[in-house]
Amino acid sequence: MSGPAAPMHGPHTLLPLRLRSVVFEAGGRRIVDDVSLTLEAGVRTVLIGPNGAGKSVLLRLCHGLLRPSSGTIAWNAPEIPGRARRQAMVFQRPVLLRRSALANVAYALALARIPRLERLGRAREALDKVGLSALGERPARVLSGGEQQRVALARVWALRPEVLFLDEPTANLDPAATHEIERVIAAMHAAGTKIVLVTHNLGQARRLGDEVLFLHQGKLLERTPADRFFKRPTSAEAAQFLEGELPW
Amino acid sequence: MNDLSHAANQALQLVASGDPKLFEIVLLSLRVSLTAVLIACAVGLPVGALIAVGRFPGRHGIVVILNALMGLPPVVVGLLVYLLLSRAGPLGEFGLLFTPGAMVIAQAILIAPIVAALSRQVVEDAWAEYREQLRSLGERRLGAALTLLWDVRFSLVTIVLAGFGRAAAEVGAVIIVGGNIDGVTRVMTTAIALETSKGDLPLALGLGLILLTIVLSLNAAAYVVKETAQRRYG
Repeated sequence: MSGPAAPMHGPHTLLPLRLRSVVFEAGGRRIVDDVSLTLEAGVRTVLIGPNGAGKSVLLRLCHGLLRPSSGTIAWNAPEIPGRARRQAMVFQRPVLLRRSALANVAYALALARIPRLERLGRAREALDKVGLSALGERPARVLSGGEQQRVALARVWALRPEVLFLDEPTANLDPAATHEIERVIAAMHAAGTKIVLVTHNLGQARRLGDEVLFLHQGKLLERTPADRFFKRPTSAEAAQFLEGELPW
Repeated sequence: MNDLSHAANQALQLVASGDPKLFEIVLLSLRVSLTAVLIACAVGLPVGALIAVGRFPGRHGIVVILNALMGLPPVVVGLLVYLLLSRAGPLGEFGLLFTPGAMVIAQAILIAPIVAALSRQVVEDAWAEYREQLRSLGERRLGAALTLLWDVRFSLVTIVLAGFGRAAAEVGAVIIVGGNIDGVTRVMTTAIALETSKGDLPLALGLGLILLTIVLSLNAAAYVVKETAQRRYG
C-alpha cells in the first residue's frame, strides 16, 4: 500500500464513512442493493464492475447527491449544512462555468468560504499543480476536454478536501490526458486526500487502487486489496469480469 | 403605391431635417420603453431563475400561468393600469395617470412575464446541466439561481431584447394610460396611430421608419454581441 500517513481518526474527521444496508431504488429497479461497507482514510479505493452495476449511483449516495431508499450513510463527523464542504467530486464530464479557468476555481473557493483575498492565490496554485498555469485567464469552456477535466481537478485540489470521489474521470480522454489526470490524482492522494474512484479502465484501477470494491447488479460482491484482486478475485463474477475486459 | 413612395420620400426628408418634434417623440419612446425593460428585468430575471431552480408546491401551475401571461393583450393591461391609477382607483392619489410614469408601469407589467418565462426556460436548461456539480460544491438554491443567471447571460440578451421589442412596438397600453398628449405622453406608436388617422402619412411613416431602424439595429447589435461572446466563452 502506498498510503500517505496512517489512517487518521479523530472526533472531527469526516472518515470513516459507514454504509449500512444501503438500498437505492429508481423506477421500480434496485440499483444499489443492500450495500454495507466502511471507507477508511488513507487507502485509495477503486470501484469497478460492469455497466449498470450501480457504481456511479453508489458514489453519488456517498457524496450526498442522492438519498438512499433505505439504509444509512453516516460520516464520522458529518458536514454541517451551510458550511463549507469537506468532500468533493469529479464527474465524468467536467461542468465548468462560462468564465475563466481561474474564476472557475475561485468560485469553488468562494463557496468554501475562503476569504476573497486568498482565493486568487490558491486558485493559481491549484492550476499550477495541474499544469495549466498558462491557461488561467482563458474561458474554461473553450478548453479541450482534457484541459477542462484538469480545471475540474484544480477546482477540487484548491478545496483540499478530506475525501475526493471521482466518477470515471478519464472516460472521454486520450492516453496523454489520462496520464496527466492520474498524476494529479496520485498527488492529491500523497497530500492526504482519501481517493474513491469509479473506473472502467482496469489499467487505471491497477495504477491507482490500493483496494478494489467489485460491484455487480447493485451488490457489493467483494472487497480485496488491489494486488490480490487482479491475480485471484474471490468471486466468480469478478473473475468473469476480469476475463471479459480488455487489459488496458 | 405612388402615395407610399411620396410619403416615404417626405418621411426621409423629415428624418434628415432633424425635426425637434420628431426627436422629442423618439426620445420619450426610448425613455419609457427602456425604463420599463429595466424594471421588468429587475423583477423578471430573478423570478424566472428562482422558479427554474426551485421546488415548491404549485410550481407547474406557476410555470403555465407565466407562459400564458406572455400573451397578455396590451389593451387589457392598459385598462387594468388605468383603473388602478385613475382618480377613484386604489393608486389614484399619486396622480400618475396620463404621465410617462403610467406608461412605464403598463409596459413593465406587459413584459415582466415575458422576461420571467423565457429566463425560466433558459436557466432551467442550464440547471439540468450544472445541478450535480453545483450541489457537489455546496451551492444553495438561491446562490445557484444567481450563478446560473450570470452563466446564461448571453442568452439573456436575446430575452431582454424580446422584451424591449414588445414594449417599443405596443400601442394599446400606452395610449390608454398615457393618453397620447402632445409633448407629454406622445410616443412613436401612438403618434403613428394618430397621424395615420389624421392623414399625415409622411410623419407616420417617418416615425415608423425610425422605430424599425431602432429595433433592427438593437437586434443586430445583440446578435453580434451574443455570437462573439459565445464563441469566446463557449
